[in-house]
Amino acid sequence: MSEKSMNIQPAEFTFDQESEQQIEKILAKYPAARKASAVISLLYVVQNQMNRETKSAWVPKVAMSVVAKRLEISPVRVFEVATFYTMFNLEPIGQYHLQVCGTTPCWLRGSDDIVTACKNATGIKEFGQTSDDGMFTLSEVECLGACANAPILQVDHDYYEDMTAESTTKLIDLLRQGNKPAHGSMIDRFNSAPIGKKFSQNTEAKDVK
Amino acid sequence: MLSDKDRIYLNLHGQDDWKLAGARRRGDWDNTKDILALGRETVIKTVIDSGLRGRGGAGFSTGLKWSFMPKNEGPLPHYLVINGDESEPGTCKDREVMRHEPHKIVEGALLASFAIGAHTAYIYIRGEYYNEANRLQVAIDEAYEAGLIGKNACGSGWDFDFYIHRGAGAYICGEETAQLESLEGKKGQPRLKPPFPAGKGLYGCPTTINNVESISVTPTILRRGSAWFAGIGRPNNTGPKLMAISGHVNTPCVFEEALGLPIKDVIEKHGGGVRGGWDNLLAVIPGGTSMPMLNKETCESTLFDFDGLRDAGSGLGTACMVVMDKSTDIIRAVTLLSKFYKHESCGQCTPCREGSIWVLKVMQRMTEGRAEIEEIDMLMDVTKNIENTTICAMGMSVAWPVQALIRNFRPVMEQRIMDYKKSRGGASQIQVPGDAAIGSF
Repeated sequence: MSEKSMNIQPAEFTFDQESEQQIEKILAKYPAARKASAVISLLYVVQNQMNRETKSAWVPKVAMSVVAKRLEISPVRVFEVATFYTMFNLEPIGQYHLQVCGTTPCWLRGSDDIVTACKNATGIKEFGQTSDDGMFTLSEVECLGACANAPILQVDHDYYEDMTAESTTKLIDLLRQGNKPAHGSMIDRFNSAPIGKKFSQNTEAKDVK
Repeated sequence: MLSDKDRIYLNLHGQDDWKLAGARRRGDWDNTKDILALGRETVIKTVIDSGLRGRGGAGFSTGLKWSFMPKNEGPLPHYLVINGDESEPGTCKDREVMRHEPHKIVEGALLASFAIGAHTAYIYIRGEYYNEANRLQVAIDEAYEAGLIGKNACGSGWDFDFYIHRGAGAYICGEETAQLESLEGKKGQPRLKPPFPAGKGLYGCPTTINNVESISVTPTILRRGSAWFAGIGRPNNTGPKLMAISGHVNTPCVFEEALGLPIKDVIEKHGGGVRGGWDNLLAVIPGGTSMPMLNKETCESTLFDFDGLRDAGSGLGTACMVVMDKSTDIIRAVTLLSKFYKHESCGQCTPCREGSIWVLKVMQRMTEGRAEIEEIDMLMDVTKNIENTTICAMGMSVAWPVQALIRNFRPVMEQRIMDYKKSRGGASQIQVPGDAAIGSF
């Protein structure tokens, strides 16, 4: 944990009512003696509550101890999980989390252009940084599992697919205006069907040798 | 070629209603009670007879896996865990099932759980599939509401609960024992086998872990019969299979096709052909990027199924191929994979943890050409010492893409090195700093 994050760590964390309702549902999934199974889910609850309260989705250190107490496990078990899995932000992030996939299938379809467009549109220089206005954090992520719609730009929870440099710039402009468009393919394409078709129907292809 | 009447996933691309009403219209949940009434043995036997091989990559018989579970319930409950941690680069098929055919998963989960004597199933969905998990949750809620699952599921007398467990961004949790660790609330680090999950799995109880696709095809197999499924494809490689094509093709897509077609036909038919024509093809990675790549000649003579690709020195894996045309910097393409596997190594076994870092460092130099020719052999040698020395198969995933690169494209690597030397004025040795940092790609 960097020095910067030590300064911004809140002194305390309490689950709000919305979170408590979620926790009740989560704990019902596991045998009572196996509450520890809920640790990932509870860290999500923390991250989402922080997003509601501060417009920045992250997990403060003190909240990990709160999770540990609730699940009756040692705090180190929670720290271990929070640092092992990449989706927990251990420092505050921007209002929108731009996550570009740079693994081979996306790279083959031009993910380098998406990265450049993200940097140009937000003024961010390197992965992991947050823009000066606090609106955007840019991360490089590994394969997002939507390779037939590569390249992918994930904004918070949502996949924007079949991206180009132009559509990336446009998307970031819209986000800046607080105007998040519907996610999915950003070109004239129906989900993961081949371009121009509604589904990959086998009988249509009988002329192929 | 798969005819439309043999397709299992009628709503693969979401052109129809994905909720319960739509699923019922397409035949899901039709007389599920009657299937359950066949009894456990018959259900398992039908799935074995169909020849269904696990759709998650390893290709082990699904029915046989079910038969390894204890026959009678002992003091410990049985569990079904469905692996929806689809994270292997290139693979994007289970996502379509989760968001467009979620009821096939719920129904399959009930049938599989019944077959293995489990009253509880968890589906482990990768954290990034947030919207997909939400869809599946709606389907689960609908199924509970309609009495299809829960107490006395479908009026069969079998109690069945189904829960979603979301991951949080760790490739290794797709490995079955790492997934169990993660489900138990720990870091996802694979366990040593034995004990196998069928003996000691989730919470130390008998557990079966199946891929999303394996689970979601079983209701159709049980409805249409094992002979129908076994009649598609070729022996030992039966059935239709979800596949995907990404990379340098004209129409990347996810689709359902019979196993056993020539790779070239699959690319031409579904991918709309290689960008710039077939002769512009450089290489294909057949099924998830840990499978060794194939060159153009091999693609022309190889059938796209388990045995066909095994005979070609590769593997079907998840059947989601990545196509690369001649514009591709093949060394960089593999370096990016090395970067992926280095990032995703869980850090438990030394050969994989240290080896993946070393391989990436060398591959980054190979991309530039800042290396010696002899280092190519050293790279091969080191990867040989990473595979099969780790607890899980991730060691192979680190090694195989690099080995396949050397096997297929060694002249390209040598040329890159010589060009680098030439650009620095001569063919003499280049001093490579031993502590070269891992650059950012």
